[in-house]
Amino acid sequence: MPKRKGGIPTLTSKAPTAGLLSVMVALFVFSLVPTVTWGQPAPRPPTNLQGEDFPLDDGRRIQLTWALSPDDREGGLVEEYILLRSTKEEGPYTELPYSIPLGSDSYVDSGEVDENGVTVVEEPRNNIKFYYKIIALGKGGVRSEECLIDGPVVATRQWFHPGRVNMLVASIVLSLLILFFIWQASLGKELYIRPLAGLEAVQEAIGRATEMGKPVLFIPGIMDMDDIQTIAGVTILGRVARMVAEYDADILVPCSRSLVMTIASEVVREAYLDAGRPDAFKPDNIRYLTDDQFGYVAGVDGIMLRERPAANFYLGTFYAESLILAETGASVGAIQIAGTAMPSQLPFFVAACDYTLIGEELFAASAYLSKEPKQLGSLVGQDWGKLIFLLFIIIGSIIAIFNQLNPDLISIKSWFEIQ
Amino acid sequence: MKKQFPLAIVFIAGMIFIVQFFSPAFTPIQERFTHWYIVVAVFAFVLGLANLTRLNLQKIHRQQEGWIYSIPLLIGLAGMALCSFIFGIEEGPFVWLFNNMMLPMSATMFSLLAFFVASASYRAFRARHKEAVMLLVAAVIVMLGQVPIGSAGFMEHLRLSDITQWIMAYPNMAGQRAIMIGAALGVVAISLRILLGIERAYLGED
Repeated sequence: MPKRKGGIPTLTSKAPTAGLLSVMVALFVFSLVPTVTWGQPAPRPPTNLQGEDFPLDDGRRIQLTWALSPDDREGGLVEEYILLRSTKEEGPYTELPYSIPLGSDSYVDSGEVDENGVTVVEEPRNNIKFYYKIIALGKGGVRSEECLIDGPVVATRQWFHPGRVNMLVASIVLSLLILFFIWQASLGKELYIRPLAGLEAVQEAIGRATEMGKPVLFIPGIMDMDDIQTIAGVTILGRVARMVAEYDADILVPCSRSLVMTIASEVVREAYLDAGRPDAFKPDNIRYLTDDQFGYVAGVDGIMLRERPAANFYLGTFYAESLILAETGASVGAIQIAGTAMPSQLPFFVAACDYTLIGEELFAASAYLSKEPKQLGSLVGQDWGKLIFLLFIIIGSIIAIFNQLNPDLISIKSWFEIQ
Repeated sequence: MKKQFPLAIVFIAGMIFIVQFFSPAFTPIQERFTHWYIVVAVFAFVLGLANLTRLNLQKIHRQQEGWIYSIPLLIGLAGMALCSFIFGIEEGPFVWLFNNMMLPMSATMFSLLAFFVASASYRAFRARHKEAVMLLVAAVIVMLGQVPIGSAGFMEHLRLSDITQWIMAYPNMAGQRAIMIGAALGVVAISLRILLGIERAYLGED
């Protein structure tokens, strides 16, 4: 048998047992070498890792930037970057499980929470020094050398957001105006409130329901209590429920959120109590249907068709269900009063309801129905606020026109930008 | 005390949310309040579930009008809950039921909108007064301007799509913004009334 010249010596040329042993030893030695680095060159590291406090936050974020690895290019050696963090320069460093794709030269370290809400990486704490390292990860998991940050980074909290000064000024001016008119009203000064047809009709609608012996249906929108329109709807519910109690009619309040149902139930109960008719309160009339948008619509439509209410109130936040509800209500012949601040749903309510409270009127309704001087005073303040806005719009339009003619003249756009 | 304590809670919680908007340092407190809200909402969900179950069981027991519909409702409620507890919500019968029953039924309700739009439009576009005439004209232009027939044949010369764009970008946008500005002012006013305890209708007090 001719001997092989050069090349890899064949293991089978010796005794079979010794050959097998050699194979096992070789495999063991290979297993000690990290397989990931086998045959793959390490990419060159990123450089110039810099860090700074993330601006305008509560001191729990650090902004990191670096210069890309020279091997970070299409078809290059870099696959992604890895960040390491420590509170001491000498370590130990914890590897952060962020996946930073190639081509990225910045990252905001703000900790990480998984889909179950469990903290995977703690966020940087306020006023603690942090050190970072960055590594480029190559093909097959080969790691570059580390690039250490130049000095520690400290996250600090900011006590004031300078980008919101304009908003603060506007809020203060508006609040002062409203408070001024509330104060004027509390002194007994006569204030003129423009009549709102939709609210004038509330009493008429409840009266009609009483005469017909049919219930009043009140829908406080489909959103939860963290929505200001729902809050406005629930405050109006208090007024309507009191009138209903005084007229000895029934009120049905199907809710799409259980928290709204809980609060609506208390509001109606208190309204009956205030009207001196706690015995007439029927807790079963305030019911939870479902959180599902169209499931709720189906449920309310079913109530309308079975109970045939004489007056329907839709006051709160509505989306695509607005027209389905209002058209079903119209088909059962109910007087319908709607109110929302959703511009996209207002046309549907205008088309299908008898009266519609548009935008601000929804928020004014409870105060208007209360007839209480202090509450009415706030409405006057609100109207004055509107006048100020109107003046700003006119002045802004004039300046914008001149700005088109001469861009260097004056720019007030930045005054109204909110960060 | 029964009224003052809730008012104090409302004032403190409301002020924290306002202050946080202008001072990022208060974000952790605001987040804590938001988490509390979620906890409260979860408890309220149990109440909602109890309310739904009780009312429907009562309806079946008393054989009130439409009681028969309460049976599939309760079976569906219990069935979906059991499926999710046993098989999870990522796969298995829960997902199958959701995709093959919930979604088609929701889509069916949503599709009713097409018919309701037609009936509401018919009512809204009756030219009874000059505002309704304006609405009708604008609606016809916008409708024709957004479909191919609006630029076909002689109508090409009317440039309806340009007029549509103008209507949407100027009169329509101006109206929407006016509503938004008014609503923002209304939000400030109602928030102040609630924070200062002037508006107490939600506590059942005038």
